[in-house]
Amino acid sequence: MMKHLGGLMRLKQYCIPDPRAENIDEILLDEIEAGSRVIDLGCGDGRLLHKLREEHECFVQGVELDMEEVLIAMHRGVPVLRADLDNGLQGIPDDSFDFAVLSQTLQQVRHTKELLTDMLRVAKKALVVVPNFAHWRVRFQLAFYGRAPVTEELPYQWYDSPNLHVMSMIDFQELVKRLNLRVIKELPIIRDRAVDHAWAANWRAVSVLYVLERASEVSHQ
Amino acid sequence: MATQMTETFRMDERSVGLVETKSATLFEPPNELELENGMRFGPISVAYETYGQLTPEKDNAIFICHALTGDAHAAGWHSPESEKPGWWDDFVGPGKGLDTRKYFVICANVLGGCHGTTGPSSINPKTNKPYCLSFPFITVSDIVKVHSELVRHLGIERLLSITGGSIGGMQVLEWDARFPDQIHSAMCMASAAKLSAQGIAFNAVGRRAILKDPNFNDGDFYDNEHGPRSGLALARMVAHITYLSEDSLEKKFGRRLQHSEKLGFDLLRETEFQIESYLHYQGKRFVERFDANSYLYLTKAMDYFDLTNTYGSLEQAFSCGAARYLVTSYTSDWLFPTVQSRELVSELIRSGRHVTFLEFNSPYGHDSFLMEEEINNLERLVHPFLDQLYFVIRGETN
Repeated sequence: MMKHLGGLMRLKQYCIPDPRAENIDEILLDEIEAGSRVIDLGCGDGRLLHKLREEHECFVQGVELDMEEVLIAMHRGVPVLRADLDNGLQGIPDDSFDFAVLSQTLQQVRHTKELLTDMLRVAKKALVVVPNFAHWRVRFQLAFYGRAPVTEELPYQWYDSPNLHVMSMIDFQELVKRLNLRVIKELPIIRDRAVDHAWAANWRAVSVLYVLERASEVSHQ
Repeated sequence: MATQMTETFRMDERSVGLVETKSATLFEPPNELELENGMRFGPISVAYETYGQLTPEKDNAIFICHALTGDAHAAGWHSPESEKPGWWDDFVGPGKGLDTRKYFVICANVLGGCHGTTGPSSINPKTNKPYCLSFPFITVSDIVKVHSELVRHLGIERLLSITGGSIGGMQVLEWDARFPDQIHSAMCMASAAKLSAQGIAFNAVGRRAILKDPNFNDGDFYDNEHGPRSGLALARMVAHITYLSEDSLEKKFGRRLQHSEKLGFDLLRETEFQIESYLHYQGKRFVERFDANSYLYLTKAMDYFDLTNTYGSLEQAFSCGAARYLVTSYTSDWLFPTVQSRELVSELIRSGRHVTFLEFNSPYGHDSFLMEEEINNLERLVHPFLDQLYFVIRGETN
């Protein structure tokens, strides 16, 4: 029984729950320079990587667990390693990419800290999109109805949510500091748009794109 | 590698039907093959089969590199009376993994083999006697050079893909490193950049069994009716265990007895357990179709294979090519474990190659890539891999 549930969870685990995924893709595309080497962790059907390869001349690599998604990515000509992010990025050589992308997935992996650190082992920069659980709708549902929040962006009931971790912008910033990583950019995503320097972002952002790098590298520059 | 049970002739719409083995003579003097050991060798007859149609552009050819004891007969039937179809018939045919409605598939017997390509049992034109142990020492690299020449001989400049499992996968890797411009893609199954110590160990036991057989006679046994049959059968029995998994042996045979319900307390009864009987059967069938000298030469070629050693590093071996890779491994394969495929994938990524990697969850051990039960999974993967690449190539050439 447990095994069966585990299987079901797995199927959903690294799919992007956000119906606005394409908007997020556009926001990510804006941050990736043409010709870069990009690895997308939880690449799903390879949509983002396909675009990067075809339109931006990037060298791309996907990582995905779900077999059906892997096959769709292959139909697009996107190279994929079938792997579970919970097992880390072992086997991917150090510094083999310019960008490691992790979109709407960090809250679903078991070893959050290890994965973030590992992303910056294999790539110079990490692009991480995380949902903001401190969005006002979420706060409202919890405060006024006393219910675990279910929103358009976080559409799961508490008992079937793939999200293992719940974080806000403030929480994420704190973790980044603790891991000795540096935030190059913080882009709150409000109404499908990335808004630089948004006011009251921790209330208004549905999710946030962070561009991270190793803090130690900054000292060399 | 596992011998299939007898099947009956079927000519369904997914079979390539009746096929025959063809032969080409290459490397005729003075253009002998330069072997890795420095010697020159020729002429070389190569036995091969083809399935499907080559396009006028000659852009749809796929080459199959067979495993240790395979042959050129990968698919279809030699005659309606044949006991079984080609060794990869589940994977090659109309609508199958290598879809012969779209692709032109070639499979050739390896140099040093015993199914039509020049090997130790072939007649040396200089002496009119079999080469026996005067056949030169050959390596995976030499095998690939012959395949590569056959492809040129067939008028094909660039293959859409090459594929193979086990030592066939080693040929795939070697091909990519040695003739990178001759291939668009490579599909490497249950293989590795070098044979593990454990793999060499099992090969050593197999060779020892042959060499110590009283009928071996320094490899000169072709006029002897018997030859080192028991040694070769024993080599096969040991090797066969390495192609399976503990789990599959347990499921298939367990501790069940072959002929009776009760233990016989008979020390010399060799086929008491079902697994014993099965291995004996495998050994017996094998000596009917394989040459002991070829077994020595080919296992040694496998032991010698080490891409790192030949090219300085894996990164260097992979740095010249641009072919796309599909690498697959099987969870229960302990002869070529997944960790070896992962090592390949790591280095391919480091070299900036286009690589897709999957580990299949299979109980059947190393032989999984040949098993009917696993072929569907492989097929689902190979279709988008080949189709998308072919689409890109056609777009480029049109």
